[in-house]
Amino acid sequence: MRTCDIVVIGGGPAGLAAAIAAREAGISEILVLERDRCLGGILNQCIHNGFGLHTFREELTGPEYAERFIRRAEELEIPCLLETMVMDITPGKVVTAMNREDGVFQIQAGAVILAMGCRERPRGALNIPGYRPAGIYSAGTAQRLVNIEGYMPGREVVILGSGDIGLIMARRMTLEGARVHAVAELMPYSGGLKRNIVQCLDDYGIPLKLSHTVVQIHGKERLTGVTLAKVGADRKPVPGTEEFIPCDTLLLSVGLIPENELSGEIGVEMNRITNGPSVNESLETSAEGVFACGNVLHVHDLVDYVSQEAALAGKNAARYVMGDWKEGLRIQLEGKGGVRYTVPSAVCPENMEDKLTVRFRVGDVYRDRQLCVYLDGERISRAKKRVMGPGEMESVILKKSDLLARPGLQKITVAVEEAE
Amino acid sequence: MEKKELICIGCPLGCSVTVELEGSEILAVTGNTCRRGEDYARKECTNPTRIVTSTVPVDGGEIPQVSVKTASDIPKNKIFACMAELKKIRVKAPVRIGDVVLANAAGSGVDVIATKDVLGR
Repeated sequence: MRTCDIVVIGGGPAGLAAAIAAREAGISEILVLERDRCLGGILNQCIHNGFGLHTFREELTGPEYAERFIRRAEELEIPCLLETMVMDITPGKVVTAMNREDGVFQIQAGAVILAMGCRERPRGALNIPGYRPAGIYSAGTAQRLVNIEGYMPGREVVILGSGDIGLIMARRMTLEGARVHAVAELMPYSGGLKRNIVQCLDDYGIPLKLSHTVVQIHGKERLTGVTLAKVGADRKPVPGTEEFIPCDTLLLSVGLIPENELSGEIGVEMNRITNGPSVNESLETSAEGVFACGNVLHVHDLVDYVSQEAALAGKNAARYVMGDWKEGLRIQLEGKGGVRYTVPSAVCPENMEDKLTVRFRVGDVYRDRQLCVYLDGERISRAKKRVMGPGEMESVILKKSDLLARPGLQKITVAVEEAE
Repeated sequence: MEKKELICIGCPLGCSVTVELEGSEILAVTGNTCRRGEDYARKECTNPTRIVTSTVPVDGGEIPQVSVKTASDIPKNKIFACMAELKKIRVKAPVRIGDVVLANAAGSGVDVIATKDVLGR
């Protein structure tokens, strides 16, 4: 069987950044497996600007951001197999994949980096009553049709869900001549970035209807309209508030799900909140030598953070392969009081770098709070936060020296508290 | 006197900012909680600009379309004129990142450039 030091599953922003970091750390045998016909993943269809402000200090479009990583991977001569689908990964890190040229083949990997990204929640997950007419798309599918294939999915549009892809598509469809009648959001706040609400909706006079949802889909062959209704605090429709909007297209931007079928095959431990694997400080899953990064680990809002996280996974996979690896005590890392999850969820101080970025999301909109970090019962840091919401990922930094100074430490807690 | 309500995009706080205008002269900016809010509100009320991104069909390319953007931001009121001009355009492969696909978009003085390499078939 063919062997390879590090096999990276997925050639999107996470996979590319991980492979580049692993190569820069001195690994010669790396292979990236990508199922699409080109590298770059979802960035290829994200033609709007706003990428790379943190990484490159300039505002790039998705394809430009991807291109910088693709060029770097080419300079480093990292082999990538395109149009190649990974079918299975065993706990012993045997990767089974297939493509048209090689058929089915197996590789024994020294380490595996999972970077498969995420997919959109489909209509079937929502239980909206009505037939299944043509004209209902996930926002990302519509984005692919318009930006890559050059087709307009429809002319009269309603969007359900105010995630960033939905907001971006509201503007894109408008610029291409469609009329976007409304963006309906079940929650009393938007799941998208503020900047997108202003520049994609307000700029074009598109109403954002918070605490609203679609309660009926009309039409049998082609969508003819949707009924919107207001929802109460229990998120159930309020009778009497129904409003019919004629339209031929409904776009759904109702959440993203990490694509973890392969992780399931390996049998890695999963986190119920993120729907991604549970990982330690090295972004290693519960399967030894299997690492995870990017949207397959937890859904990000900014690609810059994906690149940072993936580079860490690549570097650590390289350390693992080279045997520069310590087995130590695992300290549990938990979120409390509004912190829904943390990535990572366990820390071995011996294996961490001087500083570790812990990323997480909060479960509600909080104003004038403080973010605190506790080592067992002792608070070691607090930072004032004027506003936090579920739509924007937060982070705190842990210092290796703080953890090493406390032998016997059992638990690290990140908490949202009332400001002092 | 005219009043304009804006949401500041400077940070996640999203302050509701009120601008009082007399014609094109700004009399007062209120509701912002930092300097960035005032700067944003003044720019939005006097000279709002945006980067426009879109796609253009490619003849003979390995993929059907190339993504494009205005090389810098253009006045907000020229967005639709810029889109109308882009609608009339087709380009021939190969196209390289940074190639000008439309010069002086909608008289803004700003070129529209490719944001992706598209090779020939």
